[in-house]
Amino acid sequence: MSDVPSTITEPLDAPPAHGDVPALPRLLAGVRRDGEPVSLDQHLALHGPPPAIRGERRSGRERAAALIDEIQLSGLLGRGGGAFPTATKMRAVADARGRAIVVANGAEGEPASTKDRTLLELLPQLVLDGTILAAEAVGADEAIVCVCESAGAGVQSVERAIEERAGERSPPRSPKLQLRTVPSHYVAGQESALVNYLGGGPARPTFTPPMPFQQGLRRRPTLINNIETLAHIALIARHGARWFRQLGTPTQPGSALVTLSGPVNHPGVYEIQHGASLASVINAAGGPTTGVRAALTGGYAGAWIAGQSLRGLALSNEHLAAHGASLGAGVVLLLSEDACPVAETARVARWLAGQSARQCGPCTHGLDALASTVEQIAAGNGHAHAAQRIDRLASLTARRGACAHPDGAVNVILSALEVFAREFADHARHGPCDACRRPPDLPLPHRPVQREQALDGAPPRR
Amino acid sequence: MSHRVRVNPIACEAHGMCAELLPERITLDEWGYPLIDGAPLEGEQVEHAVRAARACPTFALLVERERSARRRR
Amino acid sequence: MLAGEAIGGMTLTLAAEGPSLDWYLTRSTGAVALLLLSVAIALGVVDVKRWSTPRWPRFVVDSLHRNVSLLALAFLVVHILTSVLDSFAPIGLIDAVVPFVGSYRPFWLGLGAVAFDLILAVIVTSLLRARMGYGSWRAVHWLTYASWPIALLHGFGTGSDVKTTWLLVLSAACVALVAAAVLTRVISGWPENVRLRGAALGGTGAFSLFLALWLPQGPLGSEWARRSGTPSSLLPHARVHTGSSGSRP
Repeated sequence: MSDVPSTITEPLDAPPAHGDVPALPRLLAGVRRDGEPVSLDQHLALHGPPPAIRGERRSGRERAAALIDEIQLSGLLGRGGGAFPTATKMRAVADARGRAIVVANGAEGEPASTKDRTLLELLPQLVLDGTILAAEAVGADEAIVCVCESAGAGVQSVERAIEERAGERSPPRSPKLQLRTVPSHYVAGQESALVNYLGGGPARPTFTPPMPFQQGLRRRPTLINNIETLAHIALIARHGARWFRQLGTPTQPGSALVTLSGPVNHPGVYEIQHGASLASVINAAGGPTTGVRAALTGGYAGAWIAGQSLRGLALSNEHLAAHGASLGAGVVLLLSEDACPVAETARVARWLAGQSARQCGPCTHGLDALASTVEQIAAGNGHAHAAQRIDRLASLTARRGACAHPDGAVNVILSALEVFAREFADHARHGPCDACRRPPDLPLPHRPVQREQALDGAPPRR
Repeated sequence: MSHRVRVNPIACEAHGMCAELLPERITLDEWGYPLIDGAPLEGEQVEHAVRAARACPTFALLVERERSARRRR
Repeated sequence: MLAGEAIGGMTLTLAAEGPSLDWYLTRSTGAVALLLLSVAIALGVVDVKRWSTPRWPRFVVDSLHRNVSLLALAFLVVHILTSVLDSFAPIGLIDAVVPFVGSYRPFWLGLGAVAFDLILAVIVTSLLRARMGYGSWRAVHWLTYASWPIALLHGFGTGSDVKTTWLLVLSAACVALVAAAVLTRVISGWPENVRLRGAALGGTGAFSLFLALWLPQGPLGSEWARRSGTPSSLLPHARVHTGSSGSRP
C-alpha cells in the first residue's frame, strides 16, 4: 500500500488556520507527490531546524526537561494504540537509573494499519527528527528505529535517511541512530516483545515487571514510542504545546494519522484532527463504493460500531467510548454491507488465535476455543449454549496472559457478537449465508498460519 | 502489610500443585491453568502460599508484598 | 573369599581378613542406590505426566521424586565412602569424582565417577533452583537420563556379585522400570519433536541391545575380574600345580 493517497492534503473538518501555520496537514505536510521520501534538506526547509539552544545559559538537562514539559502541556498521547501520556513515559525513563535508550516502534503488526510504514517511507526525516529529540530529552545516547521487515520501501527509506544524517550533518554528541528490522507478526510490536527481540531473543512478550521504562533493552531504561508519536514530538518541539492543541479535542488534542480501509474509493492513510467526523474522512477518501454495514475502530483489538451509529460518529476516544470503542492506533475498517459479518468475524478470530505467542495457557487455549466456537456458529453447528460458552471462554481468556493480545481478541469478538447479534443468530439456526462464500473483506496477511505452528517456527511450549 | 499471590503466565505450565497447596486462593480452569483470587492473604495462608510457590516446578507462582502493581497495556 | 596359598616357596597373601563390612556395605548400598535412582527417574516421569489421584496429589508425587533422589544420593555417598574405606581394592576418594585414574578396574570404576558427577550436578542445581533460570536448570536435569545407564554399566563392570541371582533380578527390575519410564516419556506428546523422540527411542533400543549382547560375554562371562582391570595382585589364582610355574607373581 505505498501509493500516495491523492487527497491527503485536504483539510478535514479543520478550524480556520491560526496565524500563518496551516491547520492541516501537519505531519503529512511536505509529502512529495512523486512518492519519493522527503530529504533532510527538504525536511529542514519545510519545518525549520530543530529547536536550537535558545538561551545559551540553559544546560542540556534544562532543555531536555523543558521539552518534556512542553510535551506534557501539549497533552500528546501515544499513537501506538495505548494512548498513554507521552510526557509521563518520557519522564519515567529520564528519571530511571542508568543511561536511557530510545526505541522508535515502527513494527506495525496490525494488518489493517499502514500509517507507520507510510510515514517511514515518505517522511523518514521527520521521524528521525522526533527520535533524536526524544533521545536528548531522556538522556539517551542511542536510538533504534524498528521497521517491519515486510515494509521494504520503508526499510530502504530509513536506511538512506540515517545515512543522510551521518558524518558532518550530525551535531556532536548526537544520539547514535540504528535501523533494525523486526518480524511482522501481530505481537512483535508489543513493547516487551520488541525489547526481547532487540536483545537477541524471540519477538514474544515477556513477563513484566520490570517494565521497559525501568529495565528494558540491555537492562537500561528504555523509551519505546510509536514512530507517529515521535513525529508529533518533532513538531511540538518547534511550534509548541499551544499550537498542538489548536486542533483536536481537549482530552485528545492534536492531529493523528488514521488508516481507512474498506469500500471507499481511496483507502489509505489520512491525517485528521481528533474529533473529526468519520463522514468527513470517508468523503476525503472519495466516498463509499457500497453501503457500509459497520465500522471497526482500533483494529483487531478494537470494537465494532453498527452502521446506523456511523452517521455523525466522531473519531476521538471520548466519542467512541460511548460505543464501547476506541481509535487505537488510528485504524478504521469499514465493512461492506455485502460482506458477511459472521464469516469475517470467524476469520478474524481464527487469525487472532494463530497470532498468539503461545506462551500463556489461557491465551493459547482460550483464543483457539473462541475461534472454534465462532466458526461453529458460522457453519450452523453451534449448539444451543454457544453464547454462554463464549461468555465463559471470554472470562477465562481475558487478562490472564502476559500481554494484552488475548484481551483485545476477546474484545473484538464479543463486540462482533453484540453488534451482529441478529446475523449470528441467523447463522446459528440456518448455517452459512450466501455472503459467506464471498472473498474475504477484512484485510488479513495472506500467509496462512497453521494452528500448531508458533510464530517463529519454534514448536509450541506444551 | 498484605501479601498476594500472582502467577507468571509465561512460566506457568499447568502443573497444578499451587491449587492443591493453596485452594483458598487458587483454582484451576478447564485447561489446568490457575485462576487466582487476588485478595490479600490472611494469617497462615501466607505460609501455605510460600510453600506453594516453592513447590511450583517452574517458579511461576509469586507471593508479593503490598504493592499496587497496575498492569500496563 | 581368598586364602593365602603356599606355592613352592612363595606365599601370596590376599585380602587376608576376608570380606569386610565395608565391602558388603559398598555392594549393597550401590545396589540400593541404583534402585532408588531408577525409582526417582520413574517418579520424575510420573511427575512430568501430571498424573494424580485424590490420594496421590501432584505435590506428593513431586515431593516423593525429590526425596527419593536425595535418598539415592545419601546411599551413593555411603557407597563411595565404604568403597574407599575398604582395604581390599585400592580405591581413593579422588576416584569418586575423577574418572579413570584409579588402579582398580579403572574404566568401570571411572564410569561410576562419571555417573556420580552427573547426579551431583543434577541434585545441586535442583537444590539451588531458585538461583538459576528455569531453562538452565531443566537443561542440566536432562543429564539424569545419561547418568542412569552409566551407573548401570558401572554396577555390571565393577560389581563382583554380578552373576548372583539377586543382583541380576534387581538389575533387570531397574532396567524394566527405567525402560518403561523412558518409553512413557517418549510417547507422551508424540508427535512433537519427532527427531528428538526418535533419537531417544533409538538410543534406548541400542542400549538394550548392547546389554543383551555384552553381558553374556562380559561380566557374566568368564574371567571378568581379570578382563575388567582388577590389579593382578588381587586376582584369585588358578589352582597351582606343584612343580610347574603356573602362576604369575
